[in-house]
Amino acid sequence: MNRINKKFAELKKRGERAFIPFLTAGDPDIETTVDIIESADEAGADIIELGFPFSDPVADGPTIQASYSKVLGKGQKNEDVFRMVEKIRQKSSIPIVAMISYSLVFKMGFENFINRAVSSGIDGATIPDLPAEEAEKFVPDCDRHNFSLISFTTPGTSFRRREKLLSMGRGFVYYIAVRGITGQRASMPEDLNDNIEQIKKQTALPVSVGFGISNPTQAQAVAEVADGVIVGSAIMSRITDSVKNGKNPVNETLSFISELSGAVKNIPEDK
Amino acid sequence: MMNIPDAKGYYGEYGGRFVPETLIPALQQLEEAYENSCDESEFQHELDYYLREYVGRPNPLYYAERLTKIAGGPTIYLKREDLNHTGAHKINNTLGQVLLASKIGKKRIIAETGAGQHGVAAATAAAMFGMECEVYMGEEDIRRQKLNCLRMELLGARVVPVKTGSRTLKDATNEAMRDWMASYEDTHYIIGSVVGPHPFPKMVAHFQRVIGTEVREQIVEHEGRLPDMLVACVGGGSNAIGLFEPFINDEKVKMVGVEAGGTGALAGQHAATLSYGNPGVLHGAKSFVLQDEDGQTSPVHSAAAGLDYPGVGPEHSWLKVLERARYASVTDQEALEAFKVCCESEGIVPALESAHAVAYILREAPEMSDDTLLVMCMSGRGDKDVYEVEELLK
Repeated sequence: MNRINKKFAELKKRGERAFIPFLTAGDPDIETTVDIIESADEAGADIIELGFPFSDPVADGPTIQASYSKVLGKGQKNEDVFRMVEKIRQKSSIPIVAMISYSLVFKMGFENFINRAVSSGIDGATIPDLPAEEAEKFVPDCDRHNFSLISFTTPGTSFRRREKLLSMGRGFVYYIAVRGITGQRASMPEDLNDNIEQIKKQTALPVSVGFGISNPTQAQAVAEVADGVIVGSAIMSRITDSVKNGKNPVNETLSFISELSGAVKNIPEDK
Repeated sequence: MMNIPDAKGYYGEYGGRFVPETLIPALQQLEEAYENSCDESEFQHELDYYLREYVGRPNPLYYAERLTKIAGGPTIYLKREDLNHTGAHKINNTLGQVLLASKIGKKRIIAETGAGQHGVAAATAAAMFGMECEVYMGEEDIRRQKLNCLRMELLGARVVPVKTGSRTLKDATNEAMRDWMASYEDTHYIIGSVVGPHPFPKMVAHFQRVIGTEVREQIVEHEGRLPDMLVACVGGGSNAIGLFEPFINDEKVKMVGVEAGGTGALAGQHAATLSYGNPGVLHGAKSFVLQDEDGQTSPVHSAAAGLDYPGVGPEHSWLKVLERARYASVTDQEALEAFKVCCESEGIVPALESAHAVAYILREAPEMSDDTLLVMCMSGRGDKDVYEVEELLK
């Protein structure tokens, strides 16, 4: 078991859902990201999804794109992100999942990526542009390193395809709630509950939901049916706004994490 | 070489399908529609009708007598894709894809465009089939290619300015893919070149192959034999693949792709992906790309908006590593000079993209033997470029 599996096992025992904030590594700077993650546990985060900035993130909406461009503009490298995780690991054992484009992984070489990720203290990865057909061959390698390669499934994924994705998936299943890209939405799609129920019939893996969740009300609604709730763009907007308004981005982000986590943890009893 | 690409869309090591899970159903649906329709004689018959009656195919394979004299070496024939309706080879692909999209019940067309030629061709095909059309175009390209923007709007399309990244073709492609992820149920995305995830490179090559197929017949009529050399400009590489594919098995026919050398060999000065790049993953496929050591896409430059792209079709990467085709580059300056030579010697105003192929011929001709029979793809006309050329010549 790695940190991700242990976390979900603990949460299950307590009957709790996981709250998973996404953070762009290095936005607005490396120190801020480190400070947020080191205290994220106390603020109520269970797992961190850590975005490796990429120049052409096709699955991401304007908020995360802008965040990535800003960080790359400062000259940050992949190695800076690994070093940052090493630093965090001196103080925190919160599970960390890398969110990284296959463009970057391919350039590094998959073997090198896993070795470096594991040695820095990263527990798993979501590689959005690496579909099952291409990911399959890397699963044994990841298993050997006890590294969770996380599978995505979407509202448009067929039952048969989902079987395959779920059998390959490790750690948790990432259910993409909406058709389209990351970013805040006014409301969650109507087919969310039914689809999650379907997935849960097919797998014992925890199901975490991301894309389009931006406030505590939505987070709570998703937590009623899912095992984990992922919020990204709304958090990155909060960071940008706090910097713009001269507020402390670490405190602002941690208080937003507390708020979202509070909503995820306190679902009504009858659910 | 005929089972290329394989079932997963690979040309040797290159190609494949590297997209978010959200796009997989869209690509599977498209692949199925394409495999079921395109080899069907009824579909082909209908497409042939439009290519003949609407596009004006076959277009001429023209013996460029004065250019031949000026170049001082090979006998030069120009495949006149610039004479197609809308003024470039792009219409071959958009008509095929819109016809396919209409068969599978799509109501809306989206496209990305660089120089605007593909955008105009997409808007044209959409208008003819009564479909809604939106074209993503980088702000920088909108500035450079105002004429084509106006044409698209006149044709009823909406041009969506892209303000992210370098504001050119690569960013327009990102935006079109993002749109498609949310809209594929009623929308078809017409990619403009032999790039992107499987089945796009295969499908676009299929629709562009008409170029080389006509050349094969026409050159035999004119000269009684196959050419010694084929030359075409390469951005994503669709006019080149269209010209090359029917000759791939004719090992004696040399094939040369000409890339945008821009203003120099440093990152950001050119868009010569096969000349200076390395294998990588971009826009859904594994191919040669221009990236930094981390895998971040490099900035690119070319005076020709249609070549200003940091990737290239996977089939070209495969032809390069097999050494079946050769890839060279010419600079902005060489292309501009060739542009003028072509205008003045042949009365043909070439697209700045096509002028790159002319420039290569003018530069290399003295090294070629006099009995070389050469066919160049004049991929488009240069009306769209006259303001930009005026600026550059200042």
